[in-house]
Amino acid sequence: MLTYALVAGVLFGLYFSLVGMGLNLVFGVMRIVNLAHGDVLMLGAFVALGVVTLAGIDPLFAVPLAFVLFLLVGTLLYWVLVPRLQGSTNPEMLSIILFFGLSQVVEAITTIFAGTSERSIQSRLLGTVFSTIQVQLLGGKPGASGPIRILGQGFPAPWVIAAATSLVAIGLVYLYLYRTRLGTLTRAVMSRRDEALASGIDVDRVSAAAFGIGLGLAAVAGVFAPFMFGSITPAFGADATVTSFAIVVLGSLGNPLGTALGGVVYGVCYMMVQTYLSSWADLLPYVLLILILLLRPSGLLGRRVRVA
Amino acid sequence: MPSAVKHVLLILVPLIAVFAILPGLYQNHLLLFNFVTFLILAQGVNIIYGFTGYLPFGYVGFFGAGAYGFAVLVMHYQSPAIVAVLAAGLVAVLLGLLLTPLLRLSGAYFAIANLAASLAVLHLVANPALESITKGPYGVSLTGTFNPTYAYYAALVVLAVTVGGVVFLKNSSFGLALQAVREDAVSASMSGVNVVRMRIAAWLASALVAGLAGGIYAWYVSVFYPDNVFSGDFSIFAIVFALFGGVATISGPIIGVLILYGVYNLIGFTTPQYFQLIYGLLIMGLVLFLPAGLVSLAMRRGWNVP
Repeated sequence: MLTYALVAGVLFGLYFSLVGMGLNLVFGVMRIVNLAHGDVLMLGAFVALGVVTLAGIDPLFAVPLAFVLFLLVGTLLYWVLVPRLQGSTNPEMLSIILFFGLSQVVEAITTIFAGTSERSIQSRLLGTVFSTIQVQLLGGKPGASGPIRILGQGFPAPWVIAAATSLVAIGLVYLYLYRTRLGTLTRAVMSRRDEALASGIDVDRVSAAAFGIGLGLAAVAGVFAPFMFGSITPAFGADATVTSFAIVVLGSLGNPLGTALGGVVYGVCYMMVQTYLSSWADLLPYVLLILILLLRPSGLLGRRVRVA
Repeated sequence: MPSAVKHVLLILVPLIAVFAILPGLYQNHLLLFNFVTFLILAQGVNIIYGFTGYLPFGYVGFFGAGAYGFAVLVMHYQSPAIVAVLAAGLVAVLLGLLLTPLLRLSGAYFAIANLAASLAVLHLVANPALESITKGPYGVSLTGTFNPTYAYYAALVVLAVTVGGVVFLKNSSFGLALQAVREDAVSASMSGVNVVRMRIAAWLASALVAGLAGGIYAWYVSVFYPDNVFSGDFSIFAIVFALFGGVATISGPIIGVLILYGVYNLIGFTTPQYFQLIYGLLIMGLVLFLPAGLVSLAMRRGWNVP
């Protein structure tokens, strides 16, 4: 039972780090609290749903689609909303309210088109592309891919696939931030916006890219949400946002590795509490968030001070 | 005439008088009661956000704690409603005291931590393991104290006290000191303002009015569930109403509640998602085009809006 909780916690944790990653990027670069983060996740789930119902293929194909779609949406949205917001007296505070408004709009539009019923995707559809390839190349007969065995315990295949995708995404974000020019500029803006501006960095362009990538990552995380959380409704966004915040704060700002660690710590705690104290599991993200904010406000890996 | 007296005569007295007379003229008393509740909450948000700059995103935590404080006292100690309402305020103040460490955080961190705190209180109250105390997620029923008329007038008293508090903040050196802390805490403490004590006082005052409002709400509706009294809508509505009118003024939150909650009731009930859409767009437009609220339109023309 302990091993099960631990491994499941790590799998969930990797997924949770993908959930928090986009938020981390947006907040780190722009100091903007994207309260619509969870709603982008929800929209990503609907992209997966659309891919399955319209094209009838493996929802994994929704991953690149959702990413590109929301990369574009995010860049566009940045230019519409953010420069005007940054010009106001207290952008950080007002961003909370602005993006709350956005999340309401997204939720309302989704409800108008999709209704309030819970949607889910059959979990065996995820990863069919792998079994098909296996059949094509190695022969053998196609069968229901059962639980995947790790350390002698069986885990649902979607968990493992989601965790693996998250690992890849985290790696790509790391490469982006540390191995590309735009990523270096992004880190410069993250550490000091005004100095970056003064040294001639096109802060708006860098921020727009970060915003787009942040939303894209959230949408990718959303593709797996129906499998990880069972089902999805338009109202799913709000809880997802708070959870994402707990993870981001648990790790540290502007550091993708920090978010990965935060996600894993969160995932393991979540599974432990689920296993041993299940009626208190709902409290965990909130209490953890408050404790971390008060005791170690810079996160587990952070150095930056952000106390008033 | 000192400006404080003028503010009381021009804003506080007419407001209370109108809401005291209206139940005789208008049949939908629940709507009137909701108006009064949101006037109190919007002014409570005004006290903490307008004067200190802390955005209480989980403001409903105090409201819900107040409602459950009232419920627990009535259920387990059969106390009279007035005593239970006062206890509700006390519960909220105690919760506020418990949460004072959050004031160390700034900006968005405070807002998020406050939101998390209110959700934590919700899950604590709604936890089936505490069913013997709070009745958990199954809701409470307080038919013994049910008396909407008294509850409505009690709410008016709390509203009067709250608006009176804001008039005091607007006209006293205490309120001025708070605004100085909001603008620049270091400079304010250099000029001899006790930053910590100021912030805590405003925080607890704002918790108190929300707790009293929550207690009276419990008294008025008498049957409710944790999800009702801890609904995030209360925080959001109160914040948006206050911002829409303009914070750090006396009249701003009042104007905001009267206009926006009025609009809400005109279009809100039949198709909630269309309302949600309009509301979201309204909030976004507000932040982008009128971040200082409706009263800033008048202030730009050089009119002095209290």
